[in-house]
Amino acid sequence: MIDIPITHVFMISALLFCVGFIGVLARRNTLFMLMSLEVMLNAVGLAFVGAGSLWQEADGQIMFILILTLAAAEVAIGLALLIRMQHQRHNVDVDGLSQLRG
Amino acid sequence: MTALTLLPFFPLFSFLILIIFSKRLNWQLATVIALSGVGLSFLASVLLINDLYAVSQSSDISAGVRESLWTWFMLGEHEVQVAFFLDPLSAVMIAVVTGVGWLIHGFAAAYMREDENYSRFMAYMNLFICAMLILVLADNLVLLYLGWEGVGLCSFLLIGFWYQEPGNAIAARKAFIVTRIGDTLLALGLFYLFLETNTLNIQEILAQQDSSPLSSEAAWWIALLLLGGAVGKSAQLPLHTWLPDAMAGPTPVSALIHAATMVTAGVYLIARMQGVYLQAPDILNLVAWTGSLTLLIAGIAALAQEDIKRVLAYSTMSQIGYMMLGLGAGANVAAITHLMTHAFFKALLFLTAGAIILAAHHQQNIFHMGGLLKRMPLISILFVIGIAALIAFPGTSGFVSKEAIIGQLWQSPTAGPAFWWMAILGAFITSLYSFRLVFITFFGQYRGQHELHPQRHFLLLVPLCMLAVLAILGGYIPTNLEQVFVAVDAPDSQSPSWLHSVAIGLPLVAIVVAYVIYFPRANATEPVPGKGSLYRFSRNGLGFDATYDALLVKPFVKLAKLNRHDAIDLLVQLISWNAFTWNSAAKAIQSGRLRWYAATLGIGTIILLLGVML
Repeated sequence: MIDIPITHVFMISALLFCVGFIGVLARRNTLFMLMSLEVMLNAVGLAFVGAGSLWQEADGQIMFILILTLAAAEVAIGLALLIRMQHQRHNVDVDGLSQLRG
Repeated sequence: MTALTLLPFFPLFSFLILIIFSKRLNWQLATVIALSGVGLSFLASVLLINDLYAVSQSSDISAGVRESLWTWFMLGEHEVQVAFFLDPLSAVMIAVVTGVGWLIHGFAAAYMREDENYSRFMAYMNLFICAMLILVLADNLVLLYLGWEGVGLCSFLLIGFWYQEPGNAIAARKAFIVTRIGDTLLALGLFYLFLETNTLNIQEILAQQDSSPLSSEAAWWIALLLLGGAVGKSAQLPLHTWLPDAMAGPTPVSALIHAATMVTAGVYLIARMQGVYLQAPDILNLVAWTGSLTLLIAGIAALAQEDIKRVLAYSTMSQIGYMMLGLGAGANVAAITHLMTHAFFKALLFLTAGAIILAAHHQQNIFHMGGLLKRMPLISILFVIGIAALIAFPGTSGFVSKEAIIGQLWQSPTAGPAFWWMAILGAFITSLYSFRLVFITFFGQYRGQHELHPQRHFLLLVPLCMLAVLAILGGYIPTNLEQVFVAVDAPDSQSPSWLHSVAIGLPLVAIVVAYVIYFPRANATEPVPGKGSLYRFSRNGLGFDATYDALLVKPFVKLAKLNRHDAIDLLVQLISWNAFTWNSAAKAIQSGRLRWYAATLGIGTIILLLGVML
């Protein structure tokens, strides 16, 4: 097994996080925003796994499983909302949902 | 003696029942409750006075009956109790308050029958009786002050009873504010008195005057401050302006509060504190001056009034002026007797005026009446009986008491011949305006637009007849007042022999003068109100209202307008400005755009991270 330096893992992770974050900011389609959120979550997961392998501890992988569960729950609720949104507004543009402005 | 402890609470109970169930009670039930509340008090006071009389017959000096209920609060070492004290002076007062009050309640039941807030009206009347009884029975000055404020409150509520009319509400406010000046002076007087004597129990204070009297300076100030309170409540100069406007209330209220009972509270206070006043002869002289000037000024103002109730209001002020003059001259017994007889005949006058007003569809202008003698003979005769007592016609109750006052003026050390002349002139004016009223109202042709509808309810007529009997014979009711007051020794100088005949004769001369000036003759034109500026000046109460308006009310209003944006207000506004600014700033951030929120979240995180790293 080749040792991958930990810095590379973190750089990949940070890169993925930024890509995901920019996706959240740039996309107006709610579905794509949810997908970008998944990317961000997985970036964090990668960082945890990397850290776990560095210190030879199982905690990193436990955290990843936790994040995976969280992501599943988040997507379930997010998609349900998305379906209601499509049903009511006939589009999934997130900028249309600004009635809560003060 | 439980009757004494219960006496003021009967009307309180009936007040509570009436005010709680107010509109659910029909006329009969409300009347029975209201009348039985006052009636029970009246019966109790008759019993009490009977007992008191029996006691005073058996012993030479009556100390009065004291009944303590409970301790109200502690004032330092001094215990302020809710306790009632009955002696011949308060006996006269409770007899007048409950007796005359009861008759007026009966009249009011018929007078206010059509009013939709009838129960509320009777409730206020009952509350008034309760407060007045507490005032006159109070054993200490704190309890007296409670009653004092209580009657003031009831007066306010009843003057403004028809508060839908803005004028009535203004009159009620005026009465409240003007008497408030007197009340403040009274409160200051009580503070000073407590400071000097370390007690507020009336009998203790009076007993102290024998052993360790007040210093003359303290007595001077205390007497002056108490006089201030009395002047406010009893509508004497210079705080008299509220009384004519108080006639905005329903007529039974004017009869009960603003003629028979409440306005005599000041007279009662001065009579009660006679021991203190004897230490300050200067102030007694001032009392006499106040009374005599008030009786003249009120009499002159009454000469030019066009509203029947305002004539009677000014005449009330003038008669209370006589009482004050009597107190100032040391004629206490005569003054209190006049208080009692005045309650009888002035209640009679007001109630008959109320009956006339009711018959004339709430027309109060005497120039729209006239010829009532033929149309309402019974009421007219009752009214004339009241007038006869008012001008001290020989044989009536007013004659007994007023002549007693006038008879003591000449020799009194704190009054003297000058006051005698003023009182006589006042009696002349009284007679003049009384018969002006009688001639214009009852003789000549009827000048009203509406047909008269005299009411014949028995509750309306029975009280009037009983009051008429009292107005004639009330002067002979034994009062035993001599036991209460310290006799003032008059220097044994000779007074001229013509005094009595002048005092009796001059009012009769005034009737003739009034006949010549005011009697409507068959061939003459209708009587009309005068047009001259002197007449207008006199009708407006000799310019007191205008002076106070210019001196006090207008500058105050101007000052208030000037100070509308004052600095302290700005400080308060700064707080609201702060809240508003931050609110609008925060509002701008809350755009409702999800992606914008996410971006700010990200930027914030970056800033935080940078802050941690650097």
